[in-house]
Amino acid sequence: MAMTTTRKAVVTLPTDTQILITREFDAPKDLVYKAYTTPELIKRWWSGDRGVVDSVEIDLRVGGGWRYVMTANEGFEVGFHGTFREIIPDERLVCTEVFEGMPDAEAVDTASFTEANGRTTLTILVQHQNKDNRDAHINSGMEGGMNEAFDHLEQVAQSLR
Amino acid sequence: MASMARAATTADAFNAVAEPRRRQILDGLAGGERSVNELVELVHLPQPLVSKHLRVLREVGLVGVRDQGRQRLYSVVGQPLKPIHDWVKNYERSWSQAFDRLDVVLEELKNKKEENDGDDNDS
Repeated sequence: MAMTTTRKAVVTLPTDTQILITREFDAPKDLVYKAYTTPELIKRWWSGDRGVVDSVEIDLRVGGGWRYVMTANEGFEVGFHGTFREIIPDERLVCTEVFEGMPDAEAVDTASFTEANGRTTLTILVQHQNKDNRDAHINSGMEGGMNEAFDHLEQVAQSLR
Repeated sequence: MASMARAATTADAFNAVAEPRRRQILDGLAGGERSVNELVELVHLPQPLVSKHLRVLREVGLVGVRDQGRQRLYSVVGQPLKPIHDWVKNYERSWSQAFDRLDVVLEELKNKKEENDGDDNDS
């Protein structure tokens, strides 16, 4: 068994309209699923280094809604929401996702949890309706030192008001 | 407008790989140099179409070519893909940072679970 693991998300673009995010965790899948679906726990990780999570609401049942809001380091709020379509606890979670700055660009996210030797691989497949929406989604993920990207995003968000 | 759109698709590597068949051809070249005929077999597209896409890929510098005897062999050139790589990397980094925090949460959940299991054994 390899002791070294890549503790790094891997993002690929399988098609023009998709984003695939993959990451391995040193924990069984029931715990990864728990951290992925429990509001108090999501608050602690979801925004990464980009800002602070203000609220997480989850109605974890098929047809139920979810909404995450964070305040980015630059001071503006970003919200995401959607509806759960399929729930297989510890295995698979399918939901819609809308970035509230681009309300027409609804994506469908499929999160899969696969365990081997006590480690869990999480894959998130994001299916967009078209390439423009997919590309905008990737651009919105820019952060860290990339303040100009956030400024741009803010301008886009304001122009949509 | 149509001609402008056409120009845009071939302007840089970024647009050149937006076409799924061109990505198929690049995948076909991933294993090493190939002739046109070998590529036709690999990607199951008609030869004129493969040649057309190869021409576009060569124009943006994604594919190189060399003559070997009577054959022309095509290969991938990675450098023009770097801007695309960099673009996705920024998105990837933000997920990596979020998942690093998720690791911390998971360590706590694991410790709690072990404590609880320990309690069960004691009782």
